Amino acid sequence: MDKPKLIVDGKRMDGRAMDELRPILIKAGVLNKADGSAYIEWGKNKVLAAVYGPRECIPKHDENPYKALVRCTYRMSPFCSLEEHGRRGPSRRGTEISKLISNVFDTVVMAEHFPKTAIDIFVEVLQADGGTRVAGLTAAAVALADAGIPMKDVVCGVAAGKIDGEIAVDFGKYEDNFGESDIPVAVSPRTGELLLLQMDGMLTKDEVMRSVDMAISASMKVHELQVAALKERYAEKEKSGALGGEGDNGGGSLPSDAGGGRQGMALQPVPGDAGESAR
Amino acid sequence: MVEILDEVRKEFVKDLIANGKRPSGRAFDEFRPATVEQNVIPNAEGSARVHLGKTQVLAGVKLGIGEPFADKPDEGMLSTNAELLQLAHPTFESGPPDARSVELARVVDRGIRSSSAVDLKALFIEEGKAWNFFLDLYILDHDGNLIDAAALAAMSAILCAKQPRLEDGKVVREGSLGLVKSGATCVATTFGKIGSTIVADPDLDEEKAMDARLTITTTPDRVCSIQKGCAGGFTRDEVASLIDLAFEKGKGLRALL
Repeated sequence: MDKPKLIVDGKRMDGRAMDELRPILIKAGVLNKADGSAYIEWGKNKVLAAVYGPRECIPKHDENPYKALVRCTYRMSPFCSLEEHGRRGPSRRGTEISKLISNVFDTVVMAEHFPKTAIDIFVEVLQADGGTRVAGLTAAAVALADAGIPMKDVVCGVAAGKIDGEIAVDFGKYEDNFGESDIPVAVSPRTGELLLLQMDGMLTKDEVMRSVDMAISASMKVHELQVAALKERYAEKEKSGALGGEGDNGGGSLPSDAGGGRQGMALQPVPGDAGESAR
Repeated sequence: MVEILDEVRKEFVKDLIANGKRPSGRAFDEFRPATVEQNVIPNAEGSARVHLGKTQVLAGVKLGIGEPFADKPDEGMLSTNAELLQLAHPTFESGPPDARSVELARVVDRGIRSSSAVDLKALFIEEGKAWNFFLDLYILDHDGNLIDAAALAAMSAILCAKQPRLEDGKVVREGSLGLVKSGATCVATTFGKIGSTIVADPDLDEEKAMDARLTITTTPDRVCSIQKGCAGGFTRDEVASLIDLAFEKGKGLRALL
């Protein structure tokens, strides 16, 4: 495919302004067996995140006597892209992203409270449309909070960069593929610290910093959605009396038509038994 | 794995840094002395060995014929791989590349790709046929900051890589050959944050005590790649001032090429 025009009359391909995010929907507590979970629809991205732990650290040699091992596995489904991209084991890209997301949560999770354990974060990209690492990270932060794991902050992220000579945030697939630079950023909203920062392209210092600043302010909007999703989750739990319960975590199911009318996930919950739908 | 001596050493380094000193006695913004030797492996298309303090990295380039990627049908392919050789450090193990080695290779790769340090368009031969540019980073001795040492070795090996010829479908690697076409020269500069102090070119001692890491790869006038590594974070203002420092320190490293 040839490069399409990414900006026409000051608007982007999907009509967005430079600093405008795609529609984002976050739902906390969507799986039953996981200790915490979250589902995010971010534009056409669909990403599921789950947290298990603190639990026994396997393999043992990864165990840390001072704190929990926080580790993330980021994966893309074989059917997530428009193109066919194979179904071999972990990709090098996935290995790197997993490491970076692990590092981000190693910073904010109060791992020193759980020595010798592991906290596992699984990020499964079900459908990809640009910006899956920040979407996955945003969902994972909600899943960790849903699991009740003590954290210094609920981390959020957005990518920014340069497309057709302009600085903009939150690239879709084509902007990602044909843009000039991509800068994924994750922020600790409380301290403003950058916990994830990557960049490629050929930019001046000024362009890099403008992108970073734009990504930080867009991340703050994403953070509000995370907080809202968690509040909604706690309201649900309180209503069903599931707070502090044992066994299954009282999780719901994935929204089958998330975002009202937008193309949803069409996963059918088992009728009349929302609490067990993952079986 | 947690080494008990590492834990003791870590506290020592943190205290020292908090008191304004580095274990090596360097200034906070000072790189270790670096040397570059080109063409150390004459059988390779290009090669270079870099010493960065006691860290030692060998980069080797081979070119082969391959099929272009479907999304870049008119370009050659760059494949960067990093080997954390077992002889380089007691914690390096055999087996498939681990996350450390994958990150190292990908960070070096991203700088080279973004700056067109290897001109991939010039590696195109004909439809369905292009040169595959294999860049292998051999870590020989690990004393910290492998990224900068490997990126420097890579850039140096690229600059002396000979372009093989294709004669009657056969690859010819001898006789008079030109050099592989290169665009900009990029250099990586890495900074470590220990407590609230930022040090340039962290050595192994400092890496153990390091909270966060920031690698900024630059050409003479552009930033071509950034990678934040490790746990911990940087403020926006720290990133801005480190970009300035990256340009300044990059000059010194580029002078070695």
